Amino acid sequence: MLDPVRVAKDFPILSKGDLTYLDSAATTQKPVQVVDAIEDYYYSCNSNVHRGIYRISEEATERYEKARENISQFVGSRDPAGTVFVRNTTEAINLLSYTLGRQLKAGDEIVLSVMEHHSNMVPWQFLREKGVVIRYADIDSEGRLDPEDLKSKIGRKTRIVSLTHVSNVLGTVNPVSELAKMAHEASSLFIVDGAQSVPHMPLDVKSIDCDFMAFSGHKMLGPAGIGVLYGKPELLMRLPPFMGGGDMIREVRLDGATWNDLPYKFEAGTPNIEGAIGLSAAVDYLRNLGMDNVRRHEMELMDYVMKRAGEIEDLTYYGPRDPKVHGGVFSFNIGQIPAFDLESELNSRHLKISSQELHPHDISSYLDQSGIAVRAGHHCAMPLMTRLGVQATSRASFYVYNSRDDADKLFIALENAKKAFAR
Amino acid sequence: MSEEEISAEIILDHYRNPHNYGKLEGSNASMTEYNPICGDTVHFQLRIAGTVIEDAKFVGRGCSVSQASASMLTDMLKGKPIEYLESLTESGFLDVLGIKVGPAREKCALLSLTAAKKAVKASR
Repeated sequence: MLDPVRVAKDFPILSKGDLTYLDSAATTQKPVQVVDAIEDYYYSCNSNVHRGIYRISEEATERYEKARENISQFVGSRDPAGTVFVRNTTEAINLLSYTLGRQLKAGDEIVLSVMEHHSNMVPWQFLREKGVVIRYADIDSEGRLDPEDLKSKIGRKTRIVSLTHVSNVLGTVNPVSELAKMAHEASSLFIVDGAQSVPHMPLDVKSIDCDFMAFSGHKMLGPAGIGVLYGKPELLMRLPPFMGGGDMIREVRLDGATWNDLPYKFEAGTPNIEGAIGLSAAVDYLRNLGMDNVRRHEMELMDYVMKRAGEIEDLTYYGPRDPKVHGGVFSFNIGQIPAFDLESELNSRHLKISSQELHPHDISSYLDQSGIAVRAGHHCAMPLMTRLGVQATSRASFYVYNSRDDADKLFIALENAKKAFAR
Repeated sequence: MSEEEISAEIILDHYRNPHNYGKLEGSNASMTEYNPICGDTVHFQLRIAGTVIEDAKFVGRGCSVSQASASMLTDMLKGKPIEYLESLTESGFLDVLGIKVGPAREKCALLSLTAAKKAVKASR
């Protein structure tokens, strides 16, 4: 079992007791173990990797490569050559869109879903310039991916299916192994956006059988600026490089160059060494908690949150009602603020904003006064907001250091906000 | 009640019962301003006669800060010379609102002022 109160003691920012942090889907807090690992690197062997023929450079290289092995194993990849260090999920998907995109031609199709984060949408939309067609699978009324609709979007011309494992707004946990099968049956590549799943559940890239997976360190107790692109090595091998520069080359002549082996072919320039070491420490921390425990903890917490949510009048929340397929993300609105249409607004007779509605910005500002940090806005998923028929939502997201107490604080403050804004 | 609490109450009153909300007949300067980060929208309308703002109204959708500040601005501008609007600075307007807004919500608070200034410019 995971005891969130004990876990929270490892996080200095939370031990002061004045912060209820419910925005871990945006970024998580960092335990001392991660900060210590980074500090130890800085103070004992800070140097550049893969180059120096001296002791501390060899030590730095060893820590950097050990970090890669450790993080590879954490997601079930046996070959560290398939673990490319990048800045974050966004960069990983841009890398894929650039390199895979060079091999696509007009008429080829990419299948995404309406629940994708902008980072798994915009990089693919770049390819429309060369005539690549983007198709979007829809969701059902509970915010689950609609399998029939997805099936109808995947066809003969589909080259890439790229879907999120867990929605950052709805919390929906997608059945990625089934989705991989669906994509592979159509001879398409299958990419998983793991930004909201790798930090929160046990996961194995081999059993999912995804071709690529992207995730970010800062959403899993690690530092910002380090993320991972996992790829099947035989597929990564066939891709052209992404950025050019040092470390990614084998040999450079004045008239060209040849590329380094995996994964260095995709790691141009001095990498984020301390970031990789910090992320490796975060992986150790999570492994120590046990990812099964992490998942169970969030499931139980969400079960509680959804029950409490049902007690608040005018509160609507989004995503599946079954906590088994709902991650630790709770998006909600109090009242429904209708979309704005200028013409109808100018000609409307009802010239008053009704009083049961609380705008997400007002909610988060109000909660902030009680030391509760939640997110408000479109959560980098504007097409999903449109699909849900809302302008924005508030979002509370939970992690290993959050307890039922935090959920209680949230709901008490929400009741108070409703009273404060009532007129 | 502290001064800031009073300001917050005034904001809330304007939000729930906005002044000068709706279509302005005979409007000859208008502009819609939109904050892509949160979707807040203000459509500001003015009726200008010579160098004077005869009337001002708005419609919009968004958080209390964005809508209440638009409501307060319509009150402030009625009957004033255009020069008054043109010389109204962002910090001056925030002072009038009297609430502390963090950088994240400053844009919400200034949405209507930006719309009003752009409306005047566009009408020339």
